Amino acid sequence: MSRPLPRNDRAMRWAMGTFKDRNRTIYTLLVIGVLLWPSIADVTTGGSGNHLVSTAADAGIYVLLAIGLNVVVGFAGLLDLGYAAFFAIGAYTYGLLASGQLSGSPLHHEFHLPFWVLILVAMFVAAAFGAILGAPTLRLRGDYLAIVTLGFGEIVPRVFRFLGAGSPIGNWTGGVNGISAIDSPHLPAFISGPWFGTSIQVVSPFDFSDSNWAPMDYYWLIILLVAICIVLVTNLYNSRLGRAWMAVREDEVAAAASGINTVAIKLLAFSIGASFAGFAGCYYGAKLSLVSSENFEFIVSVSILIMVVLGGMGNIPGVIVGALTIYIVQFFVLTNLPDYAVALSNLVGLGFLNQSSPGWVGLHDEVQRLNYIVFGLILVVVMLLRPQGLFPSRIREQELEKGTAEEAVFDVREATD
Amino acid sequence: MTEDGTTPATILDVDHVTKRFGGLTAIDDVSFSIRTGEIFALIGPNGAGKTTLFNTITGLYKPTAGMIRFRQRDITGLKPYKIADLGIARTFQQIRLFSYMSALDNVRIGEHPRMHAKLWDALFKTRYARREEARVTERANQLLDFVGIRPQAHNYARNLPYGSQRRLEIARALAGDPKLLLLDEPAAGANPQEKRELMELVERIRAQGITVLLIEHDMKVVMGISERIVVLDYGEKIAEGKPQEVRTDPRVIEAYLGKSA
Repeated sequence: MSRPLPRNDRAMRWAMGTFKDRNRTIYTLLVIGVLLWPSIADVTTGGSGNHLVSTAADAGIYVLLAIGLNVVVGFAGLLDLGYAAFFAIGAYTYGLLASGQLSGSPLHHEFHLPFWVLILVAMFVAAAFGAILGAPTLRLRGDYLAIVTLGFGEIVPRVFRFLGAGSPIGNWTGGVNGISAIDSPHLPAFISGPWFGTSIQVVSPFDFSDSNWAPMDYYWLIILLVAICIVLVTNLYNSRLGRAWMAVREDEVAAAASGINTVAIKLLAFSIGASFAGFAGCYYGAKLSLVSSENFEFIVSVSILIMVVLGGMGNIPGVIVGALTIYIVQFFVLTNLPDYAVALSNLVGLGFLNQSSPGWVGLHDEVQRLNYIVFGLILVVVMLLRPQGLFPSRIREQELEKGTAEEAVFDVREATD
Repeated sequence: MTEDGTTPATILDVDHVTKRFGGLTAIDDVSFSIRTGEIFALIGPNGAGKTTLFNTITGLYKPTAGMIRFRQRDITGLKPYKIADLGIARTFQQIRLFSYMSALDNVRIGEHPRMHAKLWDALFKTRYARREEARVTERANQLLDFVGIRPQAHNYARNLPYGSQRRLEIARALAGDPKLLLLDEPAAGANPQEKRELMELVERIRAQGITVLLIEHDMKVVMGISERIVVLDYGEKIAEGKPQEVRTDPRVIEAYLGKSA
């Protein structure tokens, strides 16, 4: 039966770490972190925190992607190894329709549609591709689906690369060069102020890439987008659709016998997941002002998958923490690792390691070469220590806690109300 | 009784159905009809093809030959979810619950096809979605009450005792508002006391106007409760009729009771 939980004793509930409260704690810390980050960045860098703020905005893209992939992998239990393809589709949708790119294509017309329209268009285009890919393949069992998505993830960037100058149907995507000089988002008018690091003023029109407020405005934009997505996905999770996804993941036959159209519900998960990637891709293209097929390789799909699995499949705050953790490891720890190694060797009096000699390129470059080994090691260690992920959904937690599920009859009211 | 007051004589017609797996004929030209509102039992020794027939009726298998009609409508070869949606619910011999979902959620899954909240409603938690959710939750609680496991509503299905899992499966099946309920050995593994309680539950389900098709291995269990019985042996129908007729049928005694006697 249910464990006695004194509902009014908040401190005790926090200490007991009940599921809902743990998630609430994560969200609270995230909000505090988000609000303080621009100041932290400024203070730690002595007033030039723009780079760190911009990096945080890029991390936000991965948070979006991880939230989206979590719908597919965590909720519906479908293994998608080509998720970056949808990210690419979103980015190219924006790149093509908000730049001079198509003037060189057989259309001979350039489009400069507004970001706010295209972010929706990119969502729908990505969702449509999700449906197109999913419709014939979602009848396949898990492992086969993984292979098909893997293939799709490989094909899409290649198609974008191939459709450049010299392709039989003309130059659409700029080929290996990608699309550059992409429009930045605009607003007819906006109020700038301390939140963008300026004095309070009405700016009309408001250009996001104006260096007076970029990247602060991009930072707040991605925070807004992520916040919207968290709310929507949480709603989905608690809806009849979220329940149906769980049912399909648990037992497809029983779900079908209960009247769930399993193919349709899986297709929906796949499409919704894809639409998040399209969403993220659009923002990515706008912020970077450049899209290139190189940025959507297999490693991107794998990174996002790692974020979801390591963070805690199915649990949205867990997935967000996973995304941030992996992003920090990949783009901060690993990039700076060679410098750390050099500093450390100097500190402990092993400075000679920094000299290159035959068969040794110097500690800095050697460590750089080992980057991905270190990354792999980190993953292995984390997954050994916490196989269920950092902050798993309650379900995964129980599945992987050997034995305890049998003994303790859990009360899941907290998770379902 | 239907809405217009006319009661179709039969709710399910199994019409010369054959199911072969390669060289094995699991069901061989079986025909019978279930009347609306009755408790109908399908019995037979292990391997007689009872569960195969269930799977064929509910669309998990397509029959090799023959036709299945539900309320005079041909449902042969329809997808399982479609058949469930039309009003045939079932339980499984090997319990198939959603183990890592609460008992309440298991029942709410059963109501899924009766719910109408669209993607939009789900994303934005519209008033419609919230009301529907509240309605469905209340009904799910009533169903848990009906089968007698309401106090366990918030436990994971896998953590329920065996008997409660059987009952939960029945509650989930009832959640879809079925006209016909297929129960695959609901009393399997139960002690005599639990068997009696389960049969009493089956009676209460029928009292709600739901026709029941019951698979049972143990003939004694169904004798007291079912109006009519079909006996399968090696995929063939060897007898059909009222319990007392079937009981005295020499072929049944030979194939079935002969063994246990």
